[in-house]
Formats: sequence, structure tokens, C-alpha cells
Amino acid sequence: MENTLQLLSGNEALALGAYHAGVQVACAYPGTPSTEILENLARFKDIYAEWSTNEKVAMEVGMGASYTGARTMVSMKMVGLNVAADPFMAASITGVIGGLVVISADDPQIHSSQNEQDNRHYARLAKVPMLEPSDSQDVYDLMNYAFDISEEFDTPVLFRTTTRIAHSKSVVNADKIRVVKNLQPAFLYNPQKYIMLPVNALPRHTKVEERMIKLARYCETFPMNQVIWNKKKIGIVTSGVAYQYAREAFPEASFLKLAMTWPLPQKMIKSFAAKVENLIVIEELDPFLQDNIKAMGIKVSGKEIFPIVGELNTRIVTESSIGAGLIPESEKSVVLPPAEGLPKRPPLLCPGCPHTGIYYTLNTVGQRTKLAESSTPQEPKLIITGDIGCYTLGAYPPHNVLDTTACMGAGIGQALGMEKAGVKSKVVAVIGDSTFMHSGITGLVNAVYNQGHITILILDNHTTAMTGHQEHPGTGVSAQGKETYTVDIESLCKGIGVKDLKVINAFDLKALRTGLRDSIDKDELSVIIVRGACAVQVKKRQNPRKIDVEKCTQCGICLKLGCPAIQSANGQVFIEPTLCAGDICGLCEQLCPQKAISA
Amino acid sequence: MKKSMDILITGVGGQGVVLASDIIGETAIAAGYDVKKTDTLGMAQRGGSVVSHIRLAEKVWSPLIKEGQVDLMLAFEKLEAARWSHYLKKDAVVIINKYEQPPPSVSLGKEKYPSDDELVAALKRRTDKIYLIDGNQKVKDLGNVRTLNIFMLGCFAAFAPLDDKFWRESISQRLPEPIREINLKAFALGRKEIEGVRIGTN
Ligand SMILES: Cc1ncc(C[n+]2csc(CCOP(=O)(O)OP(=O)(O)O)c2C)c(N)n1
Ligand code: SF4
Repeated sequence: MENTLQLLSGNEALALGAYHAGVQVACAYPGTPSTEILENLARFKDIYAEWSTNEKVAMEVGMGASYTGARTMVSMKMVGLNVAADPFMAASITGVIGGLVVISADDPQIHSSQNEQDNRHYARLAKVPMLEPSDSQDVYDLMNYAFDISEEFDTPVLFRTTTRIAHSKSVVNADKIRVVKNLQPAFLYNPQKYIMLPVNALPRHTKVEERMIKLARYCETFPMNQVIWNKKKIGIVTSGVAYQYAREAFPEASFLKLAMTWPLPQKMIKSFAAKVENLIVIEELDPFLQDNIKAMGIKVSGKEIFPIVGELNTRIVTESSIGAGLIPESEKSVVLPPAEGLPKRPPLLCPGCPHTGIYYTLNTVGQRTKLAESSTPQEPKLIITGDIGCYTLGAYPPHNVLDTTACMGAGIGQALGMEKAGVKSKVVAVIGDSTFMHSGITGLVNAVYNQGHITILILDNHTTAMTGHQEHPGTGVSAQGKETYTVDIESLCKGIGVKDLKVINAFDLKALRTGLRDSIDKDELSVIIVRGACAVQVKKRQNPRKIDVEKCTQCGICLKLGCPAIQSANGQVFIEPTLCAGDICGLCEQLCPQKAISA
Repeated sequence: MKKSMDILITGVGGQGVVLASDIIGETAIAAGYDVKKTDTLGMAQRGGSVVSHIRLAEKVWSPLIKEGQVDLMLAFEKLEAARWSHYLKKDAVVIINKYEQPPPSVSLGKEKYPSDDELVAALKRRTDKIYLIDGNQKVKDLGNVRTLNIFMLGCFAAFAPLDDKFWRESISQRLPEPIREINLKAFALGRKEIEGVRIGTN
């Protein structure tokens, strides 16, 4: 490896950095923009990598591994840390043995999430150190520090990236080699550290406070916190990708670039502030740095100038700064508005998607098109609580089949809540197989125990599709590609006590309609497992369907499937053969009243 | 000083935009550039619109290109060229694959797919250097429609400050044996096609 320059995404650099830093155990639950970290780590056969059932479990597996002295990484998207918050807080108080690095990949701008939360607050809440890289090289270089700090200070380390760091690629000089310090992990009896009974927890809290004092001293000389001197009229404190935008917008300013953003180096910040005329903070999302710097008694501005909502970019930083008089008006560039009136292109269910048939059925049984097109809010005939996954796309036209989507696993609880509150409509909950494993099971247990009458549709496409087709406990394959035990959803539901349980082929429209009708008309809780493989994972494509223009009356029913392969141009409906999934699907063929569609 | 270049690749999920931009990045590193690239997909792997920013220079800060700063746009689909027209610099080069993929609202009859004139008008707000090529047909003739992205790279290569040998290397590295040759052919074909169009119309 003479030429070590590589073009790596933040996630690739993270996996490589962790590998070189000697990580031995890695666990995660998929979630954009964090997923590729574990996918990349899983390729190294000399570490153990797993997809955990959910983030809480991943964190607990991580704690156990760390207690034995193994270097451990737990990665997740930012909302995953909400799920894992309980063990994360616990790991803070027990501390670690082997370095425990927790990756939170935040998603400013909500590219693919359900909120825009700023997880830097978790570092403060949990009293743990936090590192924030500003490009892939930073990611790689910080990894070693992350594990070292964790071990030296007996604490988990929060490593926070954002979508623009995780998914951007930049040049990395990967100049280290893998070193593993603790080749034989071992757990040593130490109840004062590991058993958080009140008698032990209170003294541990004292230790946590002492650790924060030591860390506050350490961060003053942390080598990757950097001062870049230039003109002293404007001094900018920044971190993460915001640093890049700020550098571009302010070529003449001085910078304090922080790679460790909790605790903050108070002396360093004070001394930087004292040397510049005007101190500003440029950061994405909340005024985290700004508020904490203000609390040091330093005069600073930030969110008065730059937006809290959404990602930053160089244009936003420049325009906001012009507005505040920090950059002269003359620097303003003329920006054209986007071209008007262009049709949008939202994401769609793929051709051959196993969610399409049940969504068509729910749409018609629940008269959802009428509901969506009504000008005043109506009570749905069939209330459908949704969840998170590819199947959330059913919220869009032409399906319009979802009434709610909150966080993973929420749909089943919400459905029961509506029923118990006394709505007159029937309530159906829709949940994917990976989401069911993640956090649907407890909702089902609750609904059975509390005698709900809801219908639960488990859309079992045998993968975690939304995030790029990861394995999960129901697929029978491990994160590292080994065959393993398959958790059987039917037996699970039966064991919980579900009496009315049906398994229906996702591509059989008649069976879907009869099954759905039967379940919603029943006065008891019902589970339907709608089973069909994710089209992306079926490699074999045969016999794309064609429309016989002689027979077609242009009724447009097939278009209501929302299949991207079924298109219409100049008044004629046609099936794009390069997109059609062919034999694995056949939904349009079943639907066409004129029998105009065939192979 | 190396000549800097900001490139935008636009298209629809499934067209291979991300691989194309990766290959540009890897070629540029080999040629000694600093490179940053970022793809905005959102949930777009399911047929939504995709845009990839690639920046080459001596030193690159932001991975995102500023609106109004794009030197060259490579559009894999017509509508997706117009959608990002506000990113173009004055007199930027735009290479468009003539392919039309109607979004769902168009298939459902709720909206109309814009005419070529309307699409070109959006781009002409910034530039007249617009090259329309029939990539889909060319790669179909070649025998593999999946080589469209590499064909488009060939078109781009005619304008890029990057040597041919770096292209061949980075394409060969990214594409495994069974499809390597046909992709190298697609690349050469794209290059030839754009040279022809450049001299012909402009
Ligand atoms: C707490 C949390 N973790 C992870 C995610 C990211 N995420 C969104 S949907 C999804 C899984 C979807 O899989 P599945 O339920 O099987 O549905 P499919 O996409 O296969 O239809 C994941 C992991 C999230 N939104 N929230
Ligand atoms: S990836 Fe699979 S589950 Fe997701 S929309 Fe496509 S076919 Fe459906």
C-alpha cells in the first residue's frame, strides 16, 4: 500500500478507522445515514459484527463487549439513540473497560428521517465526551482518539456525524495499520462498577463528575481542536461540515475548528475570543456551541444570523452573513430561482413491490382516494396507522393509505389507542417485518393482553428494504453473511396469543381482499402476514407484461397500482418493459377488467 | 495550479448516477486533484430524482456546489436537467440524455411532461451550450442498456481536464470482469458521440 489516498465516504472512513483502531465487536441497527458503517465493518472477518434487533439491544451488546475489554462500536441513526437512550445513559454511569464508541448519525434537512433532532444534546445529558469530524479524513483520524479517550477516561464516547459527513466522499490518507491491544477479552468481577444499585450508583455519579473535570482539562490540548489564524476582524467557532461552508464563505476570517465538542475547551475559546473583534458561531441545527459559549460569559452571536432549521451550505452562510453585515453586499451573487412548473418526482414503490397489492386493496376497501381528495378533513372508513419503511411510501398518491407515521413500531400502539378511545371506524395497523422485530412485538403483546380488536398487517418482504436490504432476525442470514436461526413470525404471533392469524401471498389480489375483509369484520384481534419477496432482491426477471392496445379501453385501473412501469403517454397506457418485474408480480394482469394485459 | 471544476450529475434512481460520480472522483484523485462529492438521494433509490455534486480543485472545502456555480451538468434524463438548471454558471456546458421518464403525476394524468422547448428554455436562462444526445438508443445498439452511465461519462470526458489513461483505470477498477469490456466500449462511444455533436451543431 504505497499510495494510500482513497476517495472514501464518511461511513467508509469510519469503518476503516475503527478497524485500524482495533475494534473487535460492532453492533448496529440500520438507519440512514449510518447503515454503511456496519456494512463495511462486517466485511472484516477478524471482527464480530452483528445487526442487532434494535438500537437498544445493540447498545446493550456493546456494553457487554466493552466490559470484557474488547474495543466496541455501536452505530445508529440519530433517532436510534432515542431507542438506545436507556442503556446509553447506563453505560455512561458504569463506564467501560474496552473503548466503547457510539456513533450517532444525524440528519439535518431530514433527507430520510422523521425529525431533525440534534443529538449533541445527548453528550451533555449523558455527561460523555463527543467528537465531530468535518470530512472523511477527520473521521478516519478521530477514530483512534475516540477509542483512546473512551478507555483513558472510563466513558463511552459519542461520535456524531451528519448526513453530509456520512455520505459525502473526500480524499483520505489511511496511514495506520490495525493494532489490537486486548487479544483475550475477560470480564472481572466488580459489583461497584457494574451493578447499579443505589448504593453503587451514587458513588459512580461522583466518578462521572470527576471524569468530566478531567476531560475539560484534556480537551484544552486535544490536538484536533485547531486554531487557524487569519485576519482578526471576524473569528469563527465551528465544527462538523459547517466548518467547510464557513471556510468557503469567509476566506479571510480566523477559525477555531472544534473536533471535540463536549466538553468544550473554555480557556481555548476565551483566548480565541479575546483576540478577535467579532466572535461568531457557525453550526448546523441548534445553538449548542453558541449557548454553551454564552454560558462561559463570552459575547458571541450565531443563531441570530444563521438558520436553525435545515442543513447549511455555502450560499446560506454567505447570504445570512450579508444580512448581518459580516460580508459586504457586493459579494452577493445572483441566484436564479428553480425552473417553475416542473412535475415533481417523489420516490415510489418499485415495480414488482410486494407492498403494492395490499396497498391497492386497502385503498379500495377503505375508499381512500375519495378521502384524500375531499376538501374538508373526513373520518376514514378504515383508519390505517402506519409505520416506517418502504411501505411508508403508501402515504403518497395513488394509494393514500396511511393516516399516521411517527416512529418505528408506533403504529400498533396508535391503532389500539384509537380503538380504546372509542372511534367508530375499524382500525388497521401496517408494519414491516424488520420494524416488527425492532419494536412491533411489544406493541402486539400489549394489544393481545389488553384485548384489542385491531387488525395488524405485517408486510413481510424478508428484508430491511428501506435502508438498503439488510438482514434481520427473520431472514436467517447474519450481518456477516452466515446462515443462522430464523425467527418465525407465525410462531411468534401464536406464542403471544394471536388467535386469528393468516398468511397471504402478497401478489394474490383476490386473497388479499377476502382476507382483509374477513379480519376487519371480525370482532377480535387479527394478524395478517402479507408475504412476498422484495422485488429488488429477486434477480430473475422474466416475461414483462404487455398491454394489448386493441383490448385496452383506457379505463386507467392499472395505473391505480402506482407501479412505475405502468405509464401513460399521449392517451395510451403502456408498460415499460425495462422496468416491469414480470412473472414475480402479475398484479396488473389480475386487475385489468378487459384482460388486455398478458406476458 | 490545477483547473478547478464543479460538476453536477442528475437523473432518476436506478440510472447509475452515483457510480458515475464515484468514478469521476476516483479518476480525479488519480490525476492529482483534491476531490469532494456528495449525492442527494433522500429516499430516491425508489425512482425519485437524484443529484450528485462533484468538485475538483487544488483544495476543496464544501462538498456541495453553490447554486450558479456548476461548470458542467451531465443529465441522464431530460426533466432532471431542467430541475437543476438554477445551479448552472453562465455559459456552463450541459449534456443531456434525451430519455424521458414520466413521473407518477404525469402517468396519472395530473401533470404534463414538459416539452423539449420548455425544458431547454429553463437551461437557456444560463447557457446556450446544450448538447442533446440519444444515449439510451446508443447503449441499446451497443447491447447493454445498463452502460448508460459510463456512456455519459464518455461524453463528459471530452470536457474534463483528466487524462484518458486515468479514466480507463478507474472504470476498470470499478466494473468487474464480465461487464468491463462493454463499459469501456460505452465510454469510448460516448466520447465519440459528443465530439461529433460538438462539431456538428453547437
Ligand atoms: C429508531 C429508528 N431506527 C432506524 C430507522 C431507519 N429505518 C427506517 S425504516 C427501517 C426498516 C424498514 O424495514 P421493514 O420494516 O422491513 O420495511 P421495508 O422497508 O422492508 O418495507 C429502518 C431501519 C428509523 N427510522 N428509526
Ligand atoms: S425496495 Fe423492495 S420493499 Fe422497497 S419499494 Fe422496492 S420492492 Fe418494495
